Amino acid sequence: MVEVTENLFAEIETAIEADVKEISALDARGEPKSYRSLNEEVHRAAAAGYDVIRLYDVHGQRFLAAGLEGYLRLEVHGTPGNDLGVFMDGPTIEVFGSAQDQAGNTMNGGKIVVHGNAWDVTGLAARGGKIFVRGDGGYRIGIHMKEFRRHRPVVVYGGRVREFFGEYMAGGVLVALGLDLHAAADARGAGRHVAGPNLGTGIHGGAIYLRGDVPDYYLGVGAVKRPFDERDRKALEPVLREFGEHFDVPPDVLWAKPFTKIAPASARPYRGYYCGKLI
Amino acid sequence: MVDIYHEIAPRFQVEIDREKCRLCERCTVNCTYDVHSFNGERIVSKSENCVACQRCATMCPQEAISISPGKVTFAPHGTYSDRIRRIIYEQASTGGVMLAGSGTDLPYRVIFDDLLLDAAQVTNPSIDPLREPVETVTYLGRKPERMRVGRDDGKLSVDRGADYPNVKLSTPIVVGHMSLGSISYNACVAIFRAAREVGIMVGTGEGGLHPDFYEYAEVINSEVASGRFGVDPRYLKAVAALEIKIGQGAKPGHGGHLPGEKVDPLISETRMIPKGSDALSPYPHHDIYSIEDLAQLVGALKEASRYRVPVGVKIAAVHNSAPIASGIARAGADFITLDGLRGGTGAAPRIIRDHAGIPIELAVASVDKRLREEGIRHLVSIVAGGSIRYAADLVKVIALGADAAMVGQAVLIAMGCRSCQMCHLGNCSWGIATQRPDLVRRLDADIAAARLVNVFRAWTEELREILGALGIDSVESLVGNRDRLRYVGPNPKIADILGVKHAGEPWSD
Repeated sequence: MVEVTENLFAEIETAIEADVKEISALDARGEPKSYRSLNEEVHRAAAAGYDVIRLYDVHGQRFLAAGLEGYLRLEVHGTPGNDLGVFMDGPTIEVFGSAQDQAGNTMNGGKIVVHGNAWDVTGLAARGGKIFVRGDGGYRIGIHMKEFRRHRPVVVYGGRVREFFGEYMAGGVLVALGLDLHAAADARGAGRHVAGPNLGTGIHGGAIYLRGDVPDYYLGVGAVKRPFDERDRKALEPVLREFGEHFDVPPDVLWAKPFTKIAPASARPYRGYYCGKLI
Repeated sequence: MVDIYHEIAPRFQVEIDREKCRLCERCTVNCTYDVHSFNGERIVSKSENCVACQRCATMCPQEAISISPGKVTFAPHGTYSDRIRRIIYEQASTGGVMLAGSGTDLPYRVIFDDLLLDAAQVTNPSIDPLREPVETVTYLGRKPERMRVGRDDGKLSVDRGADYPNVKLSTPIVVGHMSLGSISYNACVAIFRAAREVGIMVGTGEGGLHPDFYEYAEVINSEVASGRFGVDPRYLKAVAALEIKIGQGAKPGHGGHLPGEKVDPLISETRMIPKGSDALSPYPHHDIYSIEDLAQLVGALKEASRYRVPVGVKIAAVHNSAPIASGIARAGADFITLDGLRGGTGAAPRIIRDHAGIPIELAVASVDKRLREEGIRHLVSIVAGGSIRYAADLVKVIALGADAAMVGQAVLIAMGCRSCQMCHLGNCSWGIATQRPDLVRRLDADIAAARLVNVFRAWTEELREILGALGIDSVESLVGNRDRLRYVGPNPKIADILGVKHAGEPWSD
């Protein structure tokens, strides 16, 4: 039996600190390293058993943590390039800055936390894992997300997202909170809404939750509004709690507005479309 | 509701010889299209349901069943063929988009049949392939730009510069992408086993890899398609090659749609989607709208697989294939797969299957020519498919510029497929294009694998025979060797695009 003392926590902290690998994304001449060599260093550090890998001065290097597996933590200081965490299964990535396009592309598991914005096609075809973004998002976020057994991807944006949110969606949970909407809306009123038009076009599985509402004509083909009921609230609670913990947003702020649920009109949208007769 | 369905005279006529029939009812059990039934007195056959798969006739112990073209003829018409009239009747009845399986059955001219091979005489001796070495080993992947051969302390030294991952094929054949879903579990097992025994590669098709199939990882080419079904780190890391699917010869520009009723537990586990849900493969990849975007996915796959395997890109053969292929080579791909007009499918809209794309002969020749002109042919290998029917086509497509041929329908035919083109219904009576357990059992994977090994070996021997007759001792020397082909077809423009002289023209001007 281990006696729990203040000292023990300090020891654990020290032990954890000892397992941190710090990597600069700049080379000796101060130029950004190529993604291949930077990723190679990340894979080597992961193989060497480091639990925490910190990348400094990241300047748009793509494919960081591509296909990386296991339970390690990758901290990214700077701006990672496209395809952050592509095909990843397990690690947690925290970005102290903004992510570019396609963060979490075809991700199977793990977590990506972005303190800034994460732009187009975040979570493309993701099968599992979680993505939390404090800021805004671009177009086609969560496109073709799926779910399978214990895998259920979750993508949450603190700000607002643009058009085609949840296009082709086949599973998982997409959330846009619109926390800073009033600040974001310009003089013509653009940016008033938490999500853009063509919302959930082609959706045939999963659910989209919006904090606030959007006009009905924003709904894409195959998407319908459904009542936000107790089951939805229960599903959303742990997700929002986790979001709040990452970005220090209190629950009463998160739940201050009513949520709108967007769901598929049908899980079989193309039944009866084809004719297979011998001719 | 008023029934507006309009019944048309059957396309095939099923007849039973009552003298021979012993009422064993085997036909009623074997037919999967609801043609035969026993009414207590005799076998009755609904000809209108027959697709001419021949299962009943083959299984009838008395040879009592005959299947012939429909006995009720349409008035002959040169413009409104029977086929076109049937399409209109059917669409008037259902309003549906016509679906079809397999490759197009329209009689587009097969250019392979207009090409003749050269043979060595006097000035270039032929080789006896039975007693002399004739090499059929082929490597798929990027090749070094140049080799520096020097002498190092009296020993020969070879400097290739960088080394790139290549896949070794014992013979220049790959099996095209036919997923578990389009074909049955037993059909997949048979193909994997045969490929492993022969030493060639097999595509997974869109839809992942069933856990049982990882034991064949050494011969597997994992497809990454727009739906990203079944794509996880294991799928990318365990295999011999990766391939981004942009297009398919049977349905260029089209996505995929596996209806929910076909997503059974087996398919669910392979594609990693819930049972009974529709599997929609989007028409484009939503992260690829340009060559630069394609380069990004190629890069992502190379990173995820740690540069261990070659990454290919598969496109349908279309009008602009040559410039697109140039872009693909420059995007960092290691091989390009071209799938021609006559390529197959588990299911595709008939209008696209029958009317979109270009023949593989023209596509492979123009792509090879373009890459050579640009000096980037060594960056990629070319795999060409879409009606490589037998060894003659294999030889000719290589001479037109392919490094290897991709085969699909010939593989299915070797296993017993009758090419009735009803794959999309999922009721394949031969246990090939079906997921129904009772039907899948009809295909013995061991027998089918042995038959495939036979076909691949026979093709390889025929390839060696041809190489020997051409006086060429390695298949790599045949790649793009158009001077060993001559055109005998009706259209000189075709010969021009192929870069092939007309028969009767000698080697050099």
